[in-house]
Amino acid sequence: MSMLHIALHDLKLAFRQRTEWFQPLWFLLLVVALFPLGIGPQPALLSQIAAGVIWIAALLASMLSLESLFREDANNGRLEQWLLLDTSLPALAGGRMLAHWLVTGLPVILISPLLATWMQLPATAHGVLLITLLLGTPTLSLLGGLGAALTLGSRQGGMLLALLIAPLSVPTLVFATSAVSDTAAGYQAQTQLLILAAILLFAITLVPFAIAAALRIYLQE
Amino acid sequence: MAISSTNQTSWWKRCKTWFHRWGSPAWFYRVSGRLIPWLWCGFFLLAIPGLIWGLFIAPPDYLQGNSYRIIFIHVPSAWQSMLIFAIMAVLALIGIVWRIRVAETLAMCCAPIGAAFTVITLATGSLWGKPTWGTYWQWDGRMTSELVLLFLYLGVIGLHQAIDEPRRAARAAGLLALVGVVNLPIIHYSVEWWTTLHQGTTVSLMGESSIDPSMLWPLLLMVLAVKLYFGANLLTRTRNALLVQDRDKNWVREMVSST
Repeated sequence: MSMLHIALHDLKLAFRQRTEWFQPLWFLLLVVALFPLGIGPQPALLSQIAAGVIWIAALLASMLSLESLFREDANNGRLEQWLLLDTSLPALAGGRMLAHWLVTGLPVILISPLLATWMQLPATAHGVLLITLLLGTPTLSLLGGLGAALTLGSRQGGMLLALLIAPLSVPTLVFATSAVSDTAAGYQAQTQLLILAAILLFAITLVPFAIAAALRIYLQE
Repeated sequence: MAISSTNQTSWWKRCKTWFHRWGSPAWFYRVSGRLIPWLWCGFFLLAIPGLIWGLFIAPPDYLQGNSYRIIFIHVPSAWQSMLIFAIMAVLALIGIVWRIRVAETLAMCCAPIGAAFTVITLATGSLWGKPTWGTYWQWDGRMTSELVLLFLYLGVIGLHQAIDEPRRAARAAGLLALVGVVNLPIIHYSVEWWTTLHQGTTVSLMGESSIDPSMLWPLLLMVLAVKLYFGANLLTRTRNALLVQDRDKNWVREMVSST
């Protein structure tokens, strides 16, 4: 059992239960569609807030599927089995997060041109929106995994999970939205994209270890 | 040479034993009980003159008039709110790595005090903002980071309360505090991204501060007073938490029966 085994196993499960990847996507479309309905369809107004709306909706959607991330394995004892494997726990956690991102993050990226069109984002900024999502959603998945692992022992998982990880995702949100709106306004956004990439590398390097530590705390190991 | 080296090791050993004693709840309870009155004394000795000096004696600011006097509450609590997060993270690290229950309990008792200082900072800051900037709230860099800090404190408190098993709760919330402390600088600089209308730093440890000495001294008194208050409050909370945790242990029984 290796990191890739976990990822492939999770992917297989996800495609057998379609709700897992379909519902967050559906939620994302719905939230973004509610904004024009709520504040009015003026294109100038919409294009100004497009980056923020799409990103906040993506953040909320990424939280939806998190609660079940380790819960089932914790209940049926598979998590204890993870400790007994040759593969290190951070690698296993990394495999799970990779699968989680492929199932919930990638569809968001694929559907983002539609969202950008709905929100009247200038065509020049579509590419940058795609890049920010590509660099930002894996960070959100990793932080979400940490939240899921930390709240394993708690009574009310879902709400608390969102409260824990929202403050931690502030940097990603700030740099991603500022990259998109700067590009839409005709400026270069290379700095923000590089910082997003740096945050992602930082998260990939460290968060799996934090997730592993949280799982060990849950298992009282 | 041989004698001096054995002397050194025995000195080192004594230091280590003294340090390790703090890991025992019974010892911690006894010694901290003796410390707390002194901390309160120091707090009142510093805070009363500091407040009188700051609120009545120090001259009014040439630009802001008397409204600047809230600085004597605002700045000490702002510094303290950030310092407490760092202290909490260090204690949590000690608790997680060496599994010392007293350190875990101390870390968890830091969170409510830190959250309170953060609320005081935000409230006094927005009261100060009204006469000087003309608005109670502005999404400027430092205010926003302080708000995020409050959310991080609430996260630690929330996670600690949501898990029933006390040690697991303390360690999970401690891990969150550690993640938070790694994230705080990133959050701070990301939020600073928007240029701000917050006034620049007026007190600096290195080099000249731009604050007049007649205002600086009461401010320093208040900064120290707040630190002593934190110490007294933290130790009191931790003593209570340890009593509750150890209510079935012998040292608590003996103490209760002897009084």
